[in-house]
Amino acid sequence: MVNETSPAPKQVHAKPMAVIIIVVVGTMLLVCASVISISLGAASITPSTVWQTIIAYDDSLTDHQIIHEIRFPRVVGAVLIGSFLAVSGALMQGMTRNPLAEPSIIGVTDGAALALAIMFAFFPSVPYTGSLFAAFIGAGVGTALVFLVGSLAKGGLTPAKLALAGVTIAAFLSAISSGIAIYFDVAQDLSFWFAGGLANIDWQHIQLMLPIVMIGMVIALLLARSITILSLGRDVAQGLGQRTSMVRTMGIVAVMLMTGAAVAVAGIIGFIGLVIPHITRALVGLDYRYILPCSAILGSLLLVIADILARLVNAPYETPVGAITALVGVPFFLYLARREGRGV
Amino acid sequence: MKRIVWIYTAIVGLIFGVFFLSLQMGTMTIAPPDVLRTLMGDGTEQHALVLFEFRLPRMVIALLAGAGLAVSGLILQSLSRNELADPGILGINAGAGLAIVLFIYFFQGSYTTLGDTIFALPLFAFVGAITAAFLIYTLAWKKGVTPIRLVLVGIGLNAGFTAILIVFQLRMNPNDFMQATVWLNGDIWGTSWANTLAVLPWILLLIPLVIAHARTLNILRLGDPPAVSLGVKVERNRRHLLVWAVMLAGVSVSVGGAISFLGLVAPHIARRLVGPRHQAMIPTAALMGALILLFADMIGRNVLSPSEIPVGIVVAVIGAPYFLYLLMKTP
Repeated sequence: MVNETSPAPKQVHAKPMAVIIIVVVGTMLLVCASVISISLGAASITPSTVWQTIIAYDDSLTDHQIIHEIRFPRVVGAVLIGSFLAVSGALMQGMTRNPLAEPSIIGVTDGAALALAIMFAFFPSVPYTGSLFAAFIGAGVGTALVFLVGSLAKGGLTPAKLALAGVTIAAFLSAISSGIAIYFDVAQDLSFWFAGGLANIDWQHIQLMLPIVMIGMVIALLLARSITILSLGRDVAQGLGQRTSMVRTMGIVAVMLMTGAAVAVAGIIGFIGLVIPHITRALVGLDYRYILPCSAILGSLLLVIADILARLVNAPYETPVGAITALVGVPFFLYLARREGRGV
Repeated sequence: MKRIVWIYTAIVGLIFGVFFLSLQMGTMTIAPPDVLRTLMGDGTEQHALVLFEFRLPRMVIALLAGAGLAVSGLILQSLSRNELADPGILGINAGAGLAIVLFIYFFQGSYTTLGDTIFALPLFAFVGAITAAFLIYTLAWKKGVTPIRLVLVGIGLNAGFTAILIVFQLRMNPNDFMQATVWLNGDIWGTSWANTLAVLPWILLLIPLVIAHARTLNILRLGDPPAVSLGVKVERNRRHLLVWAVMLAGVSVSVGGAISFLGLVAPHIARRLVGPRHQAMIPTAALMGALILLFADMIGRNVLSPSEIPVGIVVAVIGAPYFLYLLMKTP
C-alpha cells in the first residue's frame, strides 16, 4: 500500500472507532427513524404492519398500499437526498477549503428554479417527469456557470472568488426566474415545488434519480483520498504530485449530479450540506475516506428526522422540510460564524 | 480633483437624461414638448395627472431609495472590509421582507380595505430592517464585533428569515402571495407624494452625516489595529455608522421593496471611478445608486408594458453581469 505511506501531515488523524460507531449506531437509528416516519401520517400504521408490508406485501390492503406507494418512496427519498446533500457539502468544503461552502450557495438551486420557471411558464403541458428533468439540467447549468466564471477569473478559482461568483450568479438566475414567474403568474407553483420537499416523491422519482446519483456517489468515494489531500491546500496537493484541476473537475461533476437530483426532486433543502460535514469531521477526523460515508449516513438520518418533524410541527399541515433543516442549520451556522469560520 | 468634478457632472447629466426620458415613457406616452409644457404648468389635465401624481413621485422615490441603498451598501462594505456586503446579503432586506409578509399574512382580508396601508407597510418594513440589524449585531457581538463575523452572521440570519418567510408565504392565498412576491423582488410601490415626503428628510439627513464621517470610514477600512493606533474610537464609530447604514437601508427598502444588488454594485462602480477615498466615493455611490435605480425602474415599467417587472429584478439582471465582469478582471 504505497498510497498509505504517502507523507500525510499530522492533521489527518482519523478515528476508526468513531467511524465504526457512526456506521453501526447511525444505521440503527436510521432504520428506527424510517420506521417511525413510515408509521406516521394521516392514517397511522403500526410498525408491525410496516414489517408485514415488507415481508408479505398484499395489495388488497389499504394500509399496505399506502405504505408501499406513499410512505416507502418518501422515506427512501429522504434517505437518498439527505446523503447526497451531505456528501456534496463535504466534497465542496474539502475542495474549496471554505468551511461555509454548501450546495445551495453555488447556484444549483437557482439554476433549477429558472429551468422550472421556464417549464411552468412556457410548457405547462409537459408532464411532471419532463419538468423534473429540466430542473436537473438547470441545476447542472447553474453549477457549471459558477465554476466557469470562477475559473475564468484572473488568479484562478480561489474560495472567495467561488463564493462571490456563486452569490452573483444565484442572484442573476433567481432574478430572471422571479421575473418569469411574476409575469406568467406561476410564482406560487414554483414556491410550492421548492418548499414541497419530500411529500410528492414516488417510485418514479427514485427510479429517475438513482442511476444518475449513484454515478455521483461512486465518483465522490473514488475521489475521497484526493479530497483529503486537496483539503490541506492546493500547494500541498500539487507538491504531492496531485493533478488538482482534474480532482476538482471530477468533484464538481459529482456535486452537480447529486445536488441536481436532490433539488429537482425535493426542492430547496438547505443546511444539511453545511452542518453534517462539520459534525462528521469533528467526530471522525479529517480523512475524507471516512468523512464521506459517515456524512452520508448522518445526512440521511437528519433529513428523515426533519421530515418527521415537518409533519408533526403543525399537523395536519406539512411545514416545508427546508424550514425545519434551517431551524437546525441556522443556529449551527451562527455558531460557526461566531468562531469566524475556523476549522475546515 | 478635476477628474472627480468631471465624473460628477457626467453622472448628474445622465440622471437628468434618464429622468426626462422616463417622464415620457409609460403606458401613456407623452411627447417631449408636452412633458415640458406640463412641467411649466401649461399641459392638459390628463398629462398633469399622469406626470405629477404617478410618474414624478415614483421617480423621485427611485432616486432617493437608490442613493440610500448605495450609501448603505458602501458603509457596510467599508466597515466589514468585504466587497460582498450589501443590505440584501446581510439579511436586512429579509428582515424587512419578513415583517411585510407577516403584515400581509395577518391582515389578509382586510388588507385591501385598510386605508392606512400606505403608511403602515413602510413602517413595518422599517421596523423589520432595524430588528434584523439589531439581531445581527447582537449575535455577532463577542467582546466587540469583527467585520467577518458580522458578514457571516448576516448570511446565516438571512437564511433563517428566508426559511420562516417561506412557511408563511406558502399559506397565503394567491393574491396576497403575489403581492408579497412582488414586494420581495423589490418593487417601488411608494408612489405618492406622501411616501416621498416620508423618505426625503431621512435621506437628506443621513447621507450628509455619512459624508461628514468619510475620514473615519477611510481609517476604519484600514483595519482595526491601525484605526486604534490612529486614535479612532473603533467600536463606537462602527456602531454609529452601522446604525446609519441600517436606517438608510430600512427607509429605502420601506418604499422600494427588497432591492438587493444595488448596494453591492453602486459602491463598486464608485470605487472604480473615483478611487477608495470616501470623501469622493460616498457622493459618487449615491449618485450612481440613484441613476441605476431610476434607469431600472424605467425599464421595469416599460419593457413588458403594460405589465411591470419589479425594479429589483431589473437591477439584478443589469448588476450581476457587471459584477461578474469585475470579478473576472480583478486579480
